[in-house]
Amino acid sequence: MRVAILQFPGSNCDWDSEYAVKDVLGISAHRVWHKDKLPSETEAVIVPGGFSFGDYLRCGAIARFSPIMQNLKEFAEKGGQVLGICNGFQILCESGLLPGALIRNDCLDFRCLNQNLLVENSNDRFNQTTLGKSLLLPIAHGEGNYRADESVLSSLEANDQILLRYSGNPNGSMNDIAGIRNFTGNVYGMMPHPERAVGSHHPCLDGLPLLKAFLKPVLQTRPAEISS
Amino acid sequence: MSQSPSIPLPPNPDPVLNVEITQELIDQHGILPEEYQQILEILGREPNLTELGIFSVMWSEHCAYKNTRKLLRLFPTEKKDKDAIGQVLVKAGEENAGVIDVGDGWGVAFKIESHNHPSAIEPFEGAATGVGGIVRDIFTMGARPILLTNSLRFGDINDPHVKRLFRGVVSGISHYGNCLGIPNMGGDIYFDECYEGNPLVNALCAGILRHEDIQKGAATGVGNPVYYVGPGTGRDGLGGASFASRELTEESAEDRPAVQKGDPFMEKLLLEACLEMMAIPGLVVGIQDMGAAGLTCSTCETASRGDSGIEIDLDLVPQRETGMNSYEIMLSESQERMLVIVQKGREKELEEVFAKWDLHAAHIGEVKEGDRMVVRHKGVVVADLPAKSLTDEAPVYDQPASEPAHVAEARNWSVERIPDISPSEIEVGLKNLLSHPTIASKRWVWQQYDHMVMSGCKIEPGSDAGVVRLSIAGIDKYLAIANDCNNRFCHLDPYKGAQIAFVECMRNLACSGARALAVTDNLNFGNPNKPEAYHMLKECVKGLADACAFFDVPVVGGNVSLYNEHGEGSIDPTPVVSMVGLIDKQEHVTKSQVEEAGLKLILLGGWSSELGGSYYLQTQHGKKEGTVPEVSLENEKKVQDLLITEIEAGKIIAAHDVSEGGLLVCLAEMLFGENKLGASLSIPETGRLDATLFGESQGQVLVAVSSSDSSDFLSCAESAGVQAQSLGETSDSGILKVKVGEHDVLCTEVDEFRTVWENVIPHHMDSSKS
Repeated sequence: MRVAILQFPGSNCDWDSEYAVKDVLGISAHRVWHKDKLPSETEAVIVPGGFSFGDYLRCGAIARFSPIMQNLKEFAEKGGQVLGICNGFQILCESGLLPGALIRNDCLDFRCLNQNLLVENSNDRFNQTTLGKSLLLPIAHGEGNYRADESVLSSLEANDQILLRYSGNPNGSMNDIAGIRNFTGNVYGMMPHPERAVGSHHPCLDGLPLLKAFLKPVLQTRPAEISS
Repeated sequence: MSQSPSIPLPPNPDPVLNVEITQELIDQHGILPEEYQQILEILGREPNLTELGIFSVMWSEHCAYKNTRKLLRLFPTEKKDKDAIGQVLVKAGEENAGVIDVGDGWGVAFKIESHNHPSAIEPFEGAATGVGGIVRDIFTMGARPILLTNSLRFGDINDPHVKRLFRGVVSGISHYGNCLGIPNMGGDIYFDECYEGNPLVNALCAGILRHEDIQKGAATGVGNPVYYVGPGTGRDGLGGASFASRELTEESAEDRPAVQKGDPFMEKLLLEACLEMMAIPGLVVGIQDMGAAGLTCSTCETASRGDSGIEIDLDLVPQRETGMNSYEIMLSESQERMLVIVQKGREKELEEVFAKWDLHAAHIGEVKEGDRMVVRHKGVVVADLPAKSLTDEAPVYDQPASEPAHVAEARNWSVERIPDISPSEIEVGLKNLLSHPTIASKRWVWQQYDHMVMSGCKIEPGSDAGVVRLSIAGIDKYLAIANDCNNRFCHLDPYKGAQIAFVECMRNLACSGARALAVTDNLNFGNPNKPEAYHMLKECVKGLADACAFFDVPVVGGNVSLYNEHGEGSIDPTPVVSMVGLIDKQEHVTKSQVEEAGLKLILLGGWSSELGGSYYLQTQHGKKEGTVPEVSLENEKKVQDLLITEIEAGKIIAAHDVSEGGLLVCLAEMLFGENKLGASLSIPETGRLDATLFGESQGQVLVAVSSSDSSDFLSCAESAGVQAQSLGETSDSGILKVKVGEHDVLCTEVDEFRTVWENVIPHHMDSSKS
């Protein structure tokens, strides 16, 4: 297995993520239960969306204590590639792998729609050349309002750690932030769902370049495994 | 000073057993004198309080369909054409939900169920647990749930209490369904004063499974262990089934304990654990959800279906409150629980699955020889009854029926009483219709539902039907779903009204390119003991049954909700029809909105000439009256067959059925797409202007066809015997121009109409946010 997709009790985009990575991109991927360990051959980890542990406290606040999270932290510290989508992003923020927090949408309601996003020039994988200037991706969340204190926010801006911004802010996020990365550039988090925009039956295909950008290091190591 | 500890009293085995059964208690349980006589005969003795409670819930309308069972037999339950797609694999009433074949070895389980009364008292929890209940019915069958929809009915949206109910219901559905991760494809919502104080909340779920994985809700194999899985039992939802089987009154708010509390996270765990357990070959013998009437219903129904006895011990039931007696444990409707019967000797396999998901799996009893359902508590038998007496022997009634006077009046109505509209009033007339909350955009609602999870949403809510790709089964086929029921028509003419609900629903599927497979219905009516309410029920069922038979689309399950009453009487009859259909190829999936300029707009099914029961009469004249439009099943079939044939031939680019609000509303809605198109139409003067533009005659569909295909399309329509008129074409002007005869009746920016249509519900709801 090359891509591990974590499965917490209450995860519900685990199947979708596996479908996008395995069936569409043709990269070996499996779901890994939160009480298990990351397999040693893991090259990238996706923390999928959902409602881990019901999200009855702050989103992701319980999931950060799951046994696999220690494992994930070690994996990230060694430079392993990690992507958190929606609830996965919330979990990464709660566990300190990414800065900031996600609170309730300013409209107070859950929002599910196709959202226009502006691409930032963040690093050699996530930039306007690889992804285009804008993307259309589904969002579906009640708590996607990104918050951070001034110093965190200005360092995110100064270090080009912002990946995506909303064009027409749906949830009140500071600086219109929809997705960020850590300073090193191996841990990524975003509220939009790239895994829901990968097939001809989807409203758009903009999830493909985004997932490919994240999986680029995996794709480069053993390109022979990729089906055409 | 503290006293010395008192000596504990000797444990009373179960105080409930000492309660004397009085006439007052019998009445409180809604059991009629002749029903009590029947109970005495069945038992050969007086029941104790727990047994009385068990009879009360099992013989309630909600569980036993005692006032409707005879009528429901009118519905066809299987296909006449044995070669057609959509054969019924599990029939209505046999199991927790019906199952139909969708080809390639796959089946679809689907069902609709009401949660009206709980939602009236506590809208958030009522609606949330409505979703929870129907989802359990589907995964109990062994199916992976793949979509949800809802049929909702509320009173006047201007009323603050109605706003509170509407907001609560929508957020309850959103909260529960989103957490489960099952896409909610919307559904239908109507606002009408008749639902004031008695809103309707009907929830539907569909799931997919392999034929060989269909599970049974039967307790078989003497000695097989009976397991209780899921969270502990509490006192919530006590007697919910009997609560649902009586009228709501001023005091109903005090019945709040009869409303259950939902925990979607627990349901998600239960769903995954059950599917994981059912995937183990040969492990599960029988499984049933503890929904209405909880532990009572699941034990006696599984025993009854399995032609066996069953014995359970309540001391082994996980409980989250202390001191519960047998009456409370048996009648609790705590949510997210299941009863599972597994092969003896393989208990460990079940226990391991539930341990992984951190759920209780308690071995509470066994399948027994004979036919008794025996319940023990604190070492004594607290109930001992023949299981089938609760299910098969429940009383069945045929109620007296009489036609209400307004139905005869509606038949004899004449349109002459209504002055025709003048050309100058048409723009305002259209805006009034678009701003009726029933017709206005429901984006505010479905944007709160995750309709894209599971990666299958092909047509988002708001089109004629919701369409999902069967990605999870690994096949490139599409399941379409539509709900329908216009209460105004059912109120004025129950037989025709129900048929219109059916044909509109089927037409919605056809507009999406789907062939209809089967129906699940939710019959929402008033108190059946009122002859006028019973008449409406009877006529609606007949109308629906005849339409099902004509189209060979069987009913595979559903729900009956009676006693929907409020201060001034019964709600309008509301037989909600939900239909699933199948689309074989992605390119045949068709939307109602048009996104291309230069397409011909062609009206199928002729001009509307009827106004009775229309929304136009309401918005323009303030009237809910008139003769309901004629329904020709033959014409309807011709139109729908043509639609599907021509969609599959690639000629129809968009299709939208003419329904509430008539032709101009249909046209405007088609133009509300992303590309902000306009259109220019010319309509001949054929009769009354109001009836042509706003009437709701049946069998009409507006289609968009490319100009190179249009003459071919028109000749195909002619040879199919379908009236087809080319009205004009779409343009990129953004302006809607309509000419009737020599009169220019509309020349207005589409955006002006769109703004009205889009803003009505947000305006009502966002300005009242607390």
